[in-house]
Amino acid sequence: MQTDTAATKLQLPLAAHARNPGMTLDLDWVASVQANTSAIERRAATIGGRRSVKKDFQAAWLLKAISVIDLTTLSGDDTAGRVQRLCAKARQPVQQSMLDALGVPGLTVGAVCVYHDMVETAVRALEGSGIPVAAVSTGFPAGLSPYHLRIAEIGESVRAGAKEIDIVISRRHVLTGNWQALYDEMRDMRAACGDAHVKAILATGELGTLRNVARASLICMMAGADFIKTSTGKEGVNATLPVTLTMIRCIRDYEARTGFKVGYKPAGGISKAKDALTYLCLMKDELGHPWLQPDLFRFGASSLLGDIERQLEHFLTGHYSAANRHAMG
Amino acid sequence: MNKPTVREIFDSMAYGPAPEGSAEVLSWIANHQGRFGHWIDGAFTKPGETFETRNPATGAVLAEVTQGTRADLDAAVAAARRAQPKWARLTGHQRAKYLYALARLVQKQSRLFAVLETMDNGKPIRESRDIDIPLVARHFYYHAGLAQLMASEQPGMEPLGVCGAVIPWNFPLLMLAWKVASALAAGNTVVLKPAEYTPLTALLFAEISREAGLPKGVLNVVTGDGQTGAGLVAHDGVNKIAFTGSTSVGKKIREATAGTGKALTLELGGKSPYIVFDDADMDSAIEGLVDAIWFNQGQVCCAGSRLLVQEGVADRFHSKLKRRMDGLRMGDPLDKCIDVGAIVDPVQLATIKTMVEGCTDGQVYHAACAVPAGCFYPPTLITGLSAASTLMQEEIFGPVLVSMTFRTPEEAVALANNTRYGLAATVWTENVNLALDIAPKLKAGVVWVNATNLFDAAAGFGGVRESGFGREGGWEGLLAYLKPTRQTKSLAVPKTAAEPDDLVVDGLDRTAKLFIGGKQARPDGGYSKAIVSPRGKLLGHVGLGNRKDIRNAVEAAHAAKGWAKTTAHNRAQILFFIAENLSARAAEFAARIKDQTGKPGEDEVDASIQRLFSYAAWADKFDGAVKSVPLRGVAIAMNEARGVIAALCPDEAPLLGLISAMAPAIAMGNTCVLVPSETAPLSACDLYQVLETSDLPAGVVNIVTGSHTELAKPLAGHLDVDAMWSFSAQPLSAMIERESAGNLKRTWVNHGRARGWYGAEGEGREFLRQATDVKTVWVPYGE
Repeated sequence: MQTDTAATKLQLPLAAHARNPGMTLDLDWVASVQANTSAIERRAATIGGRRSVKKDFQAAWLLKAISVIDLTTLSGDDTAGRVQRLCAKARQPVQQSMLDALGVPGLTVGAVCVYHDMVETAVRALEGSGIPVAAVSTGFPAGLSPYHLRIAEIGESVRAGAKEIDIVISRRHVLTGNWQALYDEMRDMRAACGDAHVKAILATGELGTLRNVARASLICMMAGADFIKTSTGKEGVNATLPVTLTMIRCIRDYEARTGFKVGYKPAGGISKAKDALTYLCLMKDELGHPWLQPDLFRFGASSLLGDIERQLEHFLTGHYSAANRHAMG
Repeated sequence: MNKPTVREIFDSMAYGPAPEGSAEVLSWIANHQGRFGHWIDGAFTKPGETFETRNPATGAVLAEVTQGTRADLDAAVAAARRAQPKWARLTGHQRAKYLYALARLVQKQSRLFAVLETMDNGKPIRESRDIDIPLVARHFYYHAGLAQLMASEQPGMEPLGVCGAVIPWNFPLLMLAWKVASALAAGNTVVLKPAEYTPLTALLFAEISREAGLPKGVLNVVTGDGQTGAGLVAHDGVNKIAFTGSTSVGKKIREATAGTGKALTLELGGKSPYIVFDDADMDSAIEGLVDAIWFNQGQVCCAGSRLLVQEGVADRFHSKLKRRMDGLRMGDPLDKCIDVGAIVDPVQLATIKTMVEGCTDGQVYHAACAVPAGCFYPPTLITGLSAASTLMQEEIFGPVLVSMTFRTPEEAVALANNTRYGLAATVWTENVNLALDIAPKLKAGVVWVNATNLFDAAAGFGGVRESGFGREGGWEGLLAYLKPTRQTKSLAVPKTAAEPDDLVVDGLDRTAKLFIGGKQARPDGGYSKAIVSPRGKLLGHVGLGNRKDIRNAVEAAHAAKGWAKTTAHNRAQILFFIAENLSARAAEFAARIKDQTGKPGEDEVDASIQRLFSYAAWADKFDGAVKSVPLRGVAIAMNEARGVIAALCPDEAPLLGLISAMAPAIAMGNTCVLVPSETAPLSACDLYQVLETSDLPAGVVNIVTGSHTELAKPLAGHLDVDAMWSFSAQPLSAMIERESAGNLKRTWVNHGRARGWYGAEGEGREFLRQATDVKTVWVPYGE
């Protein structure tokens, strides 16, 4: 089985689809966006009860979840050693014996996500693995540093070897309805990324309403975002299912209108294997198979992997597992 | 098919099988040797002549159940009768404890109930597990509370006695709960006939009711087919029939119970509109449709089966909808990853197929999902239909959505109401002004705004028009199992004095006409009738109304429908004004009463003025409610006018009787057609001038004098009369109830029993409830 190369190929970002070039700002479209919070919450609340994956299917889906994790460390106390350890875990997310038993020996995570200062360390640590490094940028997490510095920061990270840039939008543009400014900012940031792919972090926990989430999603896509992402992980509320539904429905509408597929990354708060399965079900049902691949879907997560490892060992052995049996990231 | 490897699934990301186990259910059935008798007097009877109940998803026989016979029904009704007085004498708290225990038992055995329901019915396990069974438990908890509070909150009310419940196969245990919880809370005992296709959860429930310590005979279950149900309906020992099922059977039950004095509630079919305005959250509205018409394979009486979408967004909406339909998963109902299960029976499947194949207009779209062999039908959308299309009018009772477009809110309402039914309606718009404007205009017992198929024990559920009458849930639901505590006497037919030889009237001739559309109109037939005092003196003539006068009066009443939209304050002002104008002519009215009855009339005039004041007071005080449903939002229970109410007024109180019927009707916003006292109609005729001078809009009150016997039939059979009351001394109750089946108008008849018009019996909430239907409007909110 040629699993090695096949699995590796899947890690390449946006390999299979044309990049979203963006479009002219369409304010009529933005103004017509609706998001009925109660209805969205009801749909989100029932997805877990409507879909269930068990046994071999569950194992396969959990492996898929690993393949789309942006393994992340974004702490003030990050050091080179810490990042190297994380990168080693990214290369070998699950102990080899288990991967062999499951038939996916070359499985890796989707990317490693770090602050700018750690990009070079991560790039070196991941050399030859095919795993891209993503850098959070533009004054992450608040996005309130001088504009020219935020733009410059993107270029620095790209030069340091980041293949993906996770930018933060100016929440104030959303909260004040300054859509043109949001669009222009996103345009500039996309341009600064060059060939690196850009994920637009909306910080949905700070946007007030799902309608605002939907508007911001559309504008970032119009301005050329390759991915839209929920959160920095630093807001009070991070990724939720209702926010996810709102954003991915915008992705669906955007594709219907432009033909371009935009990726989705929920980040923050997804720490259980069961939650990951629910997210994958939602992506499959709302957007379809292409959005179950790392070029169009990522989890921004740090502790999710550990729970998945335990579930996989349970699948293989029939016994509930313990955290200390699996390597730390 | 080879089992795929983990690696292959990693690539395909297919959903796999996720079956819920059935071992516990099969073992419960095996413990009963696969054969069940009835549950009568706290124990299973020996199985008699049996029939099979099958799992519709596989065709496999689950068990054999007994065909209920006349003797079985006799035994069950007798057991219920024996148990009832003692059950009714328990305190509310004691009954509450039993209902609480039943709720707990349903929760304890929730998985067993859910799996059994899915196996017997074919609905997805998600629905029975996450919706049906939790609602059942909630219903018993809520009714434990109603039992606890009943004595203090419903003084002067008592249970009806033995209730016969006939329930359908689409929500077998939930419909059991809706009937049994309310009946038991109110102090009645029950004989329940579950549906032929789905008897098993009722038998399991009966069995576990023993664990709740429910006294013998309080709940009895007799299985069988439609004949057994008909036997229960016809049984002399039953005081009330509560039926959920088709409109055609509901009408037969209305006819069969006519004149028996049995209380009746009917929850019947529908073709409920699902209205999508162009400012709606489209994706959410589509997800709502999944819950509206593909919930329980569309076999839901209140299914949003008639999509009305605003023309400008229709194409986009339909294409999004089709994509969503393609993602639905059909298959083994016990699979936890299935959206659409099996149709309950091959007979139903054949009906659905025939109806869709018979549709010659419109474009039929079947979801692209895999359809398993057997009793399955794919989610289907038919677009491009018009109001005249058969499938826009007829209930399909399957996973088939029909669609047409509208242009304006007004047109949406007109199309929505263009149906014989009136069970539920759904409205999607982000505009709160539009939603709250539309909701009251829709002819439906339940309206959901930006949601669909929300149910709760605290909120009344039930229909208008041919979707039936009565509410289930809430205090209004409990009232359908209670009656006022009252001793009644039989009502004597008044004697009419013989016409005197001397037919000369004192003074100028006054021949009263009819009062139709605000004008005094000559009777169509051109006949008049002499009215004679008890002592044989000619008092005058009144017009003899006929069926054409009834037709004209009903048309006039409909033309005055704006009355329902006037403010309650305005209606109160007019009732006060009528009282004022009557008061100014009190002496004249008193004299007229004396002439006609031989008794002094002052008290009756005074009581009439007081009654008008009472309903002027009530006009803006018969408040609705906001129900405490488990939802971020409000469920508003609105008391809505029934529409056109026809009333045969009492003979014994010529003025007060007429006012007692007229005033509550118009106070609540109804218009009415009144047939005054047959023997003493002149007080009503004198009232024309009072009404004319009281700012009452034309057509709100129409009065047709004549023979009760002759006029009752065209009124009871009139398909555009919404309710009919009879206080007549003539024996007309049976005929009125039977004739009312045509459009299932609400009837309120005296069955030959007298009512005290001067006291509390003559006015108040009982009348107001008969003048209104509760509409529940669900408005979830949140931004």
